[in-house]
Amino acid sequence: MDHLSSYLVLSAILFSLGLYTVVTRRNAVAILMGVELILNAANINFVAFSKFVTHNLDGHLISVFIIMLAAAEAAVALAIVLNLYNDRGHINVDEANSLKQ
Amino acid sequence: MNLNQIVADLSYFIPEILLTGVLLMVIVYDLLQKAETSIRAGYLALGGLALTTLAVIGQDVSSPLGIFSNMLAVDAFGRYLKIVVSVGAMLVMWISFNSNELKNRRVGEYYILILTLVLGMYFLVSATHLLSIYISLEMVSIMSYLLSGYLKEQMRSNEASVKYVVFGAFSSGILLYGFSLLYGLTGSADIFEIQAALAAGTAPPALLLLILIMVLVGFGYKIAAVPFHFWTPDVYEGAPAPITAFLSVAPKAAGFAIIIRFFNVVFSGDGNPNLESWSVLENMNWQAVIGVLSVLTMTVGNVIALQQSNIKRMLAYSSIAHAGYMLLGVVVADQTGISAILYYAAIYMLMNLGAFFVVIHIKNAFDTEEIEDYKALGYRAPLLGVFMAIFMFSLTGLPPTGGFVAKFYLFRALIEYGDMYFYLALIGLINGVISLYYYMRVVKAMYFGKMEFPKKTHQAPLNVTILLALLAIPLLFAWMLGDPLSAYAQHAVQFFIK
Repeated sequence: MDHLSSYLVLSAILFSLGLYTVVTRRNAVAILMGVELILNAANINFVAFSKFVTHNLDGHLISVFIIMLAAAEAAVALAIVLNLYNDRGHINVDEANSLKQ
Repeated sequence: MNLNQIVADLSYFIPEILLTGVLLMVIVYDLLQKAETSIRAGYLALGGLALTTLAVIGQDVSSPLGIFSNMLAVDAFGRYLKIVVSVGAMLVMWISFNSNELKNRRVGEYYILILTLVLGMYFLVSATHLLSIYISLEMVSIMSYLLSGYLKEQMRSNEASVKYVVFGAFSSGILLYGFSLLYGLTGSADIFEIQAALAAGTAPPALLLLILIMVLVGFGYKIAAVPFHFWTPDVYEGAPAPITAFLSVAPKAAGFAIIIRFFNVVFSGDGNPNLESWSVLENMNWQAVIGVLSVLTMTVGNVIALQQSNIKRMLAYSSIAHAGYMLLGVVVADQTGISAILYYAAIYMLMNLGAFFVVIHIKNAFDTEEIEDYKALGYRAPLLGVFMAIFMFSLTGLPPTGGFVAKFYLFRALIEYGDMYFYLALIGLINGVISLYYYMRVVKAMYFGKMEFPKKTHQAPLNVTILLALLAIPLLFAWMLGDPLSAYAQHAVQFFIK
């Protein structure tokens, strides 16, 4: 059980770092990196629970799918950010405010 | 679970297989077309989707069942929403053929993305496993990011897309973390087994509340509920108008489907939403949380909509408000509440798509999205003016339009459910009055005030007129149609349970 809690602490730390990154950074790529941290925190949770709590492969399976989906999402997100860069010459989310508030 | 079982399950999976086949066919067909003729891929996509819709309608759901080890459910609830999103997608494709924003560019992949989005929504409305919920949610989200940024040389469009992707990725990350905690807490990823574990009552309430909030971030973002709505106005304004219309209707309906299924199974006392009376998990009052969310959503949506001058933005806030009304039905955890939401979703699709289609046509013809420029529209383009007025009356919820009937069912469900819920219905009613102001501002601009009368009137092309009539006429006669449609919605409240 002690092992499980150390994994959970690690994932909670990763989650918090990801949350902090998303909230404080203004660079679109940095925000996406923060999101990536959150996803991997969830991954660690799934694998740890799978190993120590449920003793089956469900959690491992889910985390493999998450890795794949994270890659797909990152590919699309980076393409969109690249498009913003081509348009404006920067990828600062703060300055993308041509739409009325 | 063996191979034979998987093969046997495939026969309940025919609409999805058909849609995937159509999707692949459209991709290949699009490759053979030049940019100028790529619209043909759109026609093929529309035909294929019509065929798929027929397959969905023909599906036998008399005995609900779970397929692929209970990853997906085949039930009347899922079928109803599949029909709603398919019809919405077909209407949007139809108006896209007429949209000027999409002229002079290669549009094959536009229709391919819409089809993929529809496929994602088919999965989302029938998902019964944390993994299938997450995958289908991502499928819907990623396609929505791409579609909202489709006009990639336009600054507005790609800004909308960036905002959407940043918010979306963030909220689905939070959702996933909530799911991982739920998995650890209950030891299963199947929503029925999760319910059974939670019903034992050993889970700490604080942790459950945390999970509830994390799950609500993910789902609330999909239906644009306050406070997860920040992306909505910007994305709706910047995205191509047909996509705005689509996003405001179909993914929202699918988002409600997963909220209803998830909450009424996972957080219910007996995990059986097919019973006459439903129970709620004892150590967590999620109805109160959703009630607060719903009041916030409709009030914020309506109040901010009052100040908008751009009609797309106004409709964006109005769609937030309508999500708030529909959330009222989720609070009523019984059959009448859910059937009221299902009815509302169908009517809302007709009226909101109608309003957006008029906006799209006005943009094509007069190149404007400002409410001020709708001045004297009732005289410049009489037919369009009449249609717009019908949609605005219906969105407000004035009798005898469909919007009124839909709101009536929703409020009736609340009042019947219990005394405390009467106040929620009252708040909903007050919000309806607030919304009267901004919807009627459009009607006022079209018909009243100082204006000069044009010599020549503008006539919309025949196919746009037919499309608008198809949307407007059912709304006018909904009080008569009310019963068959609501009876159908009531039959649709039949869930697969393990």
